[in-house]
Amino acid sequence: MTALATVTSARRPITVNRRYIAAGVFVLFGLVNIFLFGMFAHKGDATFALALPTASVHVPSIHAPARLVPIILGAISIALGILRATIDEPPWAKRLSIGLVLLFLVIGLLCWADTGSWANGIPVNVVSLLQGTLAASIPLILGALAGCMGERAGVINIAIEGQLLLGAFTAAIVASAVGVLWLGLIGGSLAGGLVGLVLALFAIRWLVDQIILGVVLNLLISGLTGYLYDRLLVPDANTYNNASTFSAIKVPGLGDIPIIGPIFFDSTLFLYITYAAIIAVQVGLFSTRWGLRVRAVGEHPTAADTVGIKVNGIRYGNLIMGGMLAGIGGAYLTIGSVGTFSKDMSSGLGYIALAAMIFGRWTPWGATGAALLFGFTEALQSFMGSITVPISPFLLGMLPYVATIIAVAGLVGRVRAPAADGKPYVRA
Amino acid sequence: MSDKASGPPAGPGPGADPDPAPVSTQPPPAAEGSEPPKGQGLNHVIIDAVTHGSPAVTTTLAILLALVVGALIIAFSDTQVLHEWSTFFSNPGAAISAAWDSIAAAYSALFEGAIFNPHTIAAAFHGGSVGAIFYPLSQTASQATPLILTGLSVALAFRAGLFNIGAASQWIGGAIVATYLGFAVSLPLVIHAIVCIIGGFAGGAALGWLVGDLKARTGAHEVIVTIMLNYVMYDFLSYLLGTPSALQLPHQSNLISPTIASSAQLPHVGGPPPQVGVGFLVALAAAGGMWWLLARSTTGFQFRTVGANPSAARTAGMSVGRTWVLAMLLAGGLAGLSGAVTIQGTFYSLNFQSYGTYGIDGITVALLGRARPLGVVLAALLFGALDAGSTVMQAATSVPVDITEVIEGLIVLFVAAPPLIRAVFRLRAARETGMEAVAKGWNG
Repeated sequence: MTALATVTSARRPITVNRRYIAAGVFVLFGLVNIFLFGMFAHKGDATFALALPTASVHVPSIHAPARLVPIILGAISIALGILRATIDEPPWAKRLSIGLVLLFLVIGLLCWADTGSWANGIPVNVVSLLQGTLAASIPLILGALAGCMGERAGVINIAIEGQLLLGAFTAAIVASAVGVLWLGLIGGSLAGGLVGLVLALFAIRWLVDQIILGVVLNLLISGLTGYLYDRLLVPDANTYNNASTFSAIKVPGLGDIPIIGPIFFDSTLFLYITYAAIIAVQVGLFSTRWGLRVRAVGEHPTAADTVGIKVNGIRYGNLIMGGMLAGIGGAYLTIGSVGTFSKDMSSGLGYIALAAMIFGRWTPWGATGAALLFGFTEALQSFMGSITVPISPFLLGMLPYVATIIAVAGLVGRVRAPAADGKPYVRA
Repeated sequence: MSDKASGPPAGPGPGADPDPAPVSTQPPPAAEGSEPPKGQGLNHVIIDAVTHGSPAVTTTLAILLALVVGALIIAFSDTQVLHEWSTFFSNPGAAISAAWDSIAAAYSALFEGAIFNPHTIAAAFHGGSVGAIFYPLSQTASQATPLILTGLSVALAFRAGLFNIGAASQWIGGAIVATYLGFAVSLPLVIHAIVCIIGGFAGGAALGWLVGDLKARTGAHEVIVTIMLNYVMYDFLSYLLGTPSALQLPHQSNLISPTIASSAQLPHVGGPPPQVGVGFLVALAAAGGMWWLLARSTTGFQFRTVGANPSAARTAGMSVGRTWVLAMLLAGGLAGLSGAVTIQGTFYSLNFQSYGTYGIDGITVALLGRARPLGVVLAALLFGALDAGSTVMQAATSVPVDITEVIEGLIVLFVAAPPLIRAVFRLRAARETGMEAVAKGWNG
């Protein structure tokens, strides 16, 4: 109830403000596009390649005049900003315009980056950029879905980071020691589920504050995996930390479609699991009887209990299943990409997944979109690094986080979590 | 560890009954929660506290339980021990004694590194340095110093109902300003150090203010903003340390700043070599100041009221937004102070080794100290002792220092779950404990 009062009393001035904040951000991005990327662009065309260099099917590349394109796109952004400030747009138009302005900014940036002397005429490979985006997004999406599962049932899960890390650790050990990749995947998933179970026990049975609990579990898992890494994995790396990785599987038919095929249908098993998980969680939460129950438990557990839904049973189940998803995301970090475990290798991905979930307003679709955004900045950063753009990689690395702060403060503002999120249910 | 069935055999033997001694010496964090039963004498109070699991008792038992679990982890990750246990049934004695030796070696090295080393006393009698006896304790104090300050930072925010995960970023903010003022400006002796400390406070406070202001104005959740700021500041620090015109030591490819001027370095005080750094005194003064602020000032009253119930605070005419901003500003300042003191008192130059994990550890310290100044100081001393001891332990027994992270995590986990501790040690009844006071969901 305190939350409600806070929200209602503070809401009115914000909606007015946010309209102008959003418009201001649009105009600012437009100006950046025109004056930074447009005016400073070097002569010539930026090349956007639409097929991998190894592709058998030839797709013509797009050549874009590097000065004109950012200026035009910047002008459109400014126009969208003015439109946003003057008329009351329907929600879909708001979302569309945010997306367009961001897209324009990225295109402008790429035009500028690709025509510099440092690029040596290397084209911007859109396909590999998007492939990298999806790859970087896998642990984020699975982690954010784990968050959704828990929080929709009313339990805050900050331990996503720990679930990823323990999943990665277990997958590497099992896959190395047993030598079967599949078992590594299952082991990683179970490890994430175990963290979910511990979280559930402490949160539901022993009523520990859930934000504290998550932070502490992360610390604990970071310490435990770091300890075991030094004590067991380093001295005997060949036995315990020497896993192979899943190789890419091309989906017959779909994988051969130009552009779309290599991006979406030619990847490791993890990407396909991620597709399935997104659909399962989205459909499950919003179109099934089970989902209705979960959301009832997350919004009003007393009412749910009254009609016979086992509140804590649902919470246990969701935290464990969510943990298993995050564990798969963790397993991707080792047996899906590099094969070996290293200390604290999740490096904050779990916290970004958490932010993606909140950014996506506790919905699987929204969380996936936000996670893709983070994944894209990751891929963009590594592309910029590969053509040695004269901007410090550290400054580029700050971008996604600064963007999140701007987004949370300016565009999203006060989000509303499920009403019973973070509150243990004790039957009166 | 989560399973109750596996708990009792490990724990209660040494812990539950013969343990009232530490309770009587346990300082006041308990005082606020438990009211003494009327007129039944001190003895009865102590017994009552033990059987009912007062906060002091559950905290002590939680530490004990964490050390036991840590011991099991140490023993059963030792390849030698595992080898002996593989033949447990043919020679159980050897297996158990191998495990015991492994634990004893690790924990005694931990103790010698953190509290005192018996050898130094023997050496002192034979003409060695008396100061060496206190060397481990001064190491503990030195390790605890930044933890006290980041712990106070998180604790202060907690009391105002905010969760400051951003002590790490504020630490960086403070350290950057203090380091820059330390090597780029030249000032007279004492003034230079004070200017750097104030600069460090300001550096952290600016970041804290940003978080509070965004929350008050736009409703951006402080947990997200602080998490993001941690990454932003980490990258920003890497950028500054990698740019020669900014903070990088000239003609260096490593990410390291120049050494600060000797006038900006904090001296050590108090007799022969093992001394206490001035930074430790600064930290204690900050704890005292925070106690005064929370317990005696109007601002502190507002913090606590807003923390307990923002709606009530608003109804009573307090500005919730302004309180948030001020609380985050002070919290950021404390974490910034931690950065300044670490650079000026311990490392003298800024790099990623000096960065450490003070921000995240500040959260656990604040939780263990139940968000009270004295509790934070004690918790930081405990964690400082574990940190100081663990390096000695790693050198002596090759048990990785990461074990302290596990033990610290377990301590906080157990402290946060009094019902679990009561169940493990078969204590009676539930009394109100301090931890629940900070419980908040996203919407609060």
